[in-house]
Amino acid sequence: MGYRYEVRLSGSGGQGLILAGIILAEAAGIYDGKYVCQSQSYGPEARGGASKSEVIISDEEIDYPKALKPDVLLAMNQSSCDLYFFDLKPNGTFIVDSTFVRQVPTTKVISIPFTAMARKELGKEVVANVVALGSLVYITGVVSLKSLESALINRAPSGTEELNLRAMELGVQLAKAYQ
Amino acid sequence: MSNGKASHGRVLVLQGNEAVVEGAVAAGCRFFAGYPITPATEISEAMAQRLPAIGGTFIQMEDEIASLGAVIGASLAGVKAMTATSGPGFSLMQENIGFACVAEVPCVIVNVMRGGPSTGLPTRVSQGDVMQARWGTHGDHPIIVLAVSTTRECFDITVRAFNLSEKYRTPVIILSDEVVAHTREKIQLPHPEEIEVFDRIKPNMPPEWYIPYEDTPRGVPPMAAFGDGYRYHVTGLIHDVRGFPTERAEEIQAFLTRIHRKIYNNFHDIMMVKEELVEDAEILVIAYGSVARSARRAVKEARERGVKVGLIQLVTIWPFPRQYIEPLLRRVRAVLVPELNFGQISREVKRINQGRTRVEKLNRIDGQLITPDEILSRLLKL
Repeated sequence: MGYRYEVRLSGSGGQGLILAGIILAEAAGIYDGKYVCQSQSYGPEARGGASKSEVIISDEEIDYPKALKPDVLLAMNQSSCDLYFFDLKPNGTFIVDSTFVRQVPTTKVISIPFTAMARKELGKEVVANVVALGSLVYITGVVSLKSLESALINRAPSGTEELNLRAMELGVQLAKAYQ
Repeated sequence: MSNGKASHGRVLVLQGNEAVVEGAVAAGCRFFAGYPITPATEISEAMAQRLPAIGGTFIQMEDEIASLGAVIGASLAGVKAMTATSGPGFSLMQENIGFACVAEVPCVIVNVMRGGPSTGLPTRVSQGDVMQARWGTHGDHPIIVLAVSTTRECFDITVRAFNLSEKYRTPVIILSDEVVAHTREKIQLPHPEEIEVFDRIKPNMPPEWYIPYEDTPRGVPPMAAFGDGYRYHVTGLIHDVRGFPTERAEEIQAFLTRIHRKIYNNFHDIMMVKEELVEDAEILVIAYGSVARSARRAVKEARERGVKVGLIQLVTIWPFPRQYIEPLLRRVRAVLVPELNFGQISREVKRINQGRTRVEKLNRIDGQLITPDEILSRLLKL
C-alpha cells in the first residue's frame, strides 16, 4: 500500500483545531498536490472537553477516511493528551502545548507552550493554533512551509494575514529552538 | 465556496455536502427548498449562497413536508429541483415522495443518514434508512436510490441523480451519511463541457393534442412545464392517460405497470456498482456509503495476506443490482456485508442468494464507522 500519513490535532473546542486541520489539508491537497482527507469530531464533545481534527495525507486515493494510528499527535489540553496519547503510532511524533498539558505519559514528547508564547509574542492567544501548526509542519515536514503559508493566507480573514504569518513563523522558530 | 461562485477546474478541498451542491448546480438544479437538519445543513447553507448568485431560488420552508412539496411544484414548473434532509425530515417527506412517484415529477432528495429511530443521533453516522428509502412511502412504487462514499462521488452521483430523474420522470434519492457529508477531500471540479446533463423530454405536439400520461416505448411520457400552454391535471390519485382519477381496472393496471416498467426495463442504465479485485475473488465484500471505504482498505489488507477477496461497492442500491450480483453469488464461497444498521442490505443479499453461498453480516449501530480492522478480522475467519 502507498504512503499514508496521519495527523491528529486535539484540544478543547474553541482552540481552532478544526480550522488548523482544514488549513493543513488545503496545504497538502491544493498546494502540495497530495491526496487528502480531513475530518473532525462532530458532536457535543466538539465543544469543550476533548475535540479532534484529523488529516490523512497520501500519494494515492484515500480509502478509510479516519486515522488508524496517527503518525503525529498534537495535544493542546490535558484531557486530549490523556485520551489520545495511546492511539499514537509507536515512534510517532507527540507534540503538546505545555501551557495546558502538565502531565505527559511519556518521555518522548515535544513540549512547547504555544498558547503562552502566542500571548507573549503576538498579544493574541487566538492564533495559538497557527503557532502550533507552524511547529508541527517544521518538525514533521508533512507539507512544505511554502504550502502551509499559501493555505494560511487563503484561509485567514482579511486583515489578519500578517498576524497569522507571524504566528506561523513564531511556531517555526519555537520548533527550531526546541530541537 | 463561501463566495457563491463556481470554481471549475480548480483544485478544492470540499466536504461531501458541499460537493453535492456543486454537483446539483452543474446538473442544472436551480431550485432548492429545505429545512436545515444535522448532518445535512451544509447543503442548505451552500445552496443559499450558490443559487441566488446564478439566478436560482433558495427557500427555507417551515418543515420537510412543505420542502418536498415546493420542490415538486418547482419541477412541475420546469425547473430542476432538490431538497436535502436527514432521518427525521426524510420521514416527513415520505408522503410527497409517493406523490412524486405517481405524478412522475423529476426531483432529487438527499438523505444524509444519521442514527435513528426518531431524532436519534443527530451527529452520528448510520445507514439505517436503506429500507425506508425503498419502502418508506406507501403502496407499490418504483424508486431509484443511489449511495455515495466520497466527495468525488457526491459530485458525480448528484449529477447522475438529476440525469436519471429527468430521463425517467422519477424522484431519485441520494443516500449520504454523516462521515461522507463532513469529510473534506480534495476534488477538482470538472468543467461544464465535461459533464453530460440530461433534460426531460418536452411535448412537441400542439397543446390540444397533448395527452400527458400517454404511454411511450420508453414508458416515459413527455413532460410539459406549467406555463408552457399545455393544460393538464396533476394528482396523487391513480389516473388515466389524461391525468384524471380513474377506478377502471385496466387503466389502473396499465398505469402502475408503466411506472414500474420505465425503471425496471432500464435496469442496466440505472445500475451502478464499483468493483475491485472481483475477477479471481473467492470471498466478496458488498458495501456502500462510508463503509465501502473501510471495506476497500480491508480488502487490500486481506489480499496482502494472500486471501482472495474482492469488493463490490453498491452505488445503485434500489433497484437492487440483483442481475449483477446473482452470478457472482454462484461463484464465491462466502460474502460479507458490513453496514451501519442491523442488516438491511445483507437481508437483500440473502434473499437473492437463496442459500447458494454463505452470506455473513457485520453490523455497527453505535454511531461509529466500521473500521478496516473489524472487516479484515472477519474476512480472515471466513
